[in-house]
Amino acid sequence: MSIDWAALGSVFGVSLVVTVALVGLFTLGIVGLSRQEQAAARGGSAALAVTGAYACFAACAAAVAYGIYLIVA
Amino acid sequence: MESFSLILAIVVVTALAFDFTNGFHDTANAMATTISTGALKPKVAVAMSAVLNLVGAFLSVEVANTISKGLVDETGIRPEVIFAALVGAILWNLLTWLVGLPSSSSHALMGGLIGAAVASAGIGAVHGDVLVTKVLLPAIAAPIVAGVAAMLASRMTYSLGRKADGKAAAKGYRAGQIASAGLVSLAHGTNDAQKTMGIITLALVAGGSLAPDSDPPVWVILSAGLAIALGTYLGGWRIIRTMGKGLTDLQPQQGFAAQTSAATVILASSHLGFSLSTTHSVSGAVMGAGLGRKGGVVRWSTATRMFVAWGLTLPAAALVAALAEWVCRLGDWGTALVALFLVASSFAIWRISRREVVDHTNVVDVDTDPVAGAPGQPEPAGVVTTAMAAVSPPPAGVTEDLTATVAAPAEPSGPSDPQASKAASSAATTV
Repeated sequence: MSIDWAALGSVFGVSLVVTVALVGLFTLGIVGLSRQEQAAARGGSAALAVTGAYACFAACAAAVAYGIYLIVA
Repeated sequence: MESFSLILAIVVVTALAFDFTNGFHDTANAMATTISTGALKPKVAVAMSAVLNLVGAFLSVEVANTISKGLVDETGIRPEVIFAALVGAILWNLLTWLVGLPSSSSHALMGGLIGAAVASAGIGAVHGDVLVTKVLLPAIAAPIVAGVAAMLASRMTYSLGRKADGKAAAKGYRAGQIASAGLVSLAHGTNDAQKTMGIITLALVAGGSLAPDSDPPVWVILSAGLAIALGTYLGGWRIIRTMGKGLTDLQPQQGFAAQTSAATVILASSHLGFSLSTTHSVSGAVMGAGLGRKGGVVRWSTATRMFVAWGLTLPAAALVAALAEWVCRLGDWGTALVALFLVASSFAIWRISRREVVDHTNVVDVDTDPVAGAPGQPEPAGVVTTAMAAVSPPPAGVTEDLTATVAAPAEPSGPSDPQASKAASSAATTV
């Protein structure tokens, strides 16, 4: 019986890295947006935080698009 | 389609019934976390999942083709064998739904096929090593992989997002959960709806009404997609409750981490050629996310019951399927008997489920008493004893139901309920 340890290992590694990276990016995006919210409440703005947030969300959206591509292909 | 025999029609209807149970069994995978954290209203969540399942069913016929072409030796398969396999899978799905435990529909189907094949062709029909590499190992690996990923991810989202609160954060986590739940639904549609398409195609080939190596006909794709979407929309609320509330208490951050981990594991595994079960991945991810929050608890009693159910899935479905195949071989009346037994016991399970209704109105407001962590279910031995009850010959109660159903197969007892009307309609077809 041959167990494909390599495939299992890569599933483990890829899942771990991708999940943590995605969740991390998304959380950073949320942090950026909520910083903007706090700044707006004080009457200021946090342009850098917002730009960073949208960059994070764009990266996440790209990952989702790649996921859909994997499903369809 | 000229030579569309009665047995073939029965197999097709049974396969669609399996698809239906598959749908409502697995709604929880995609939507349990979304519903329990309040990201989506229960009805909206299942509707979205149903639509995505339907879309997924049309995206490709890759999986269907691997089932209908080559996985099983087409020459040796008779429609009766497939029918027996489906009977085993459906009954196990309904039973686990009744006790509210998530278990893999694919394993049930595989178990059914194995049992029916053994009964039909002897023990040599099963390849032990395939069983280990395709069933046993993935069942252990999936929850660990998804669980570790979800645990680390939820740890991180808590530490990174300490300062994030207010409306923006709530909205963000909500959107993130919906997106990852959508991905899981779509992946489920492409995988599981196609399994049924593959089975129906296999039966059509075996029954001689379709040339070997043909793609599934359009009506097969359409009906399989609709069956799984309908099942998904009706929602296996009992399983959703276990997954979303029973295993652990999820906050939006954890729900997001869990669902993202599950989606990643499912896609990565199917893409890298080591397929992991959706159910196992999601359950593992939910538990991992539960452990990833400070003060978060996993209710191990519920988890243990779930693991026991996973272990029993394959043998139980195999045993029922083997019995069904054995009875089917007694002749046409044997097949009819099995069909009646399937309808009657499905009806009986549905009747039992009505004693304590779980639906979209009460799916999230369960008392989170840690002792009664297993929502609304009896003692921990419940799984095992019910499983035993299922695989033993029909108990007296079921037989009574059976005669009742035989007397009036198309009685309009419950067109108000989809499952009963489903049962009634398949009774009408079989008689």
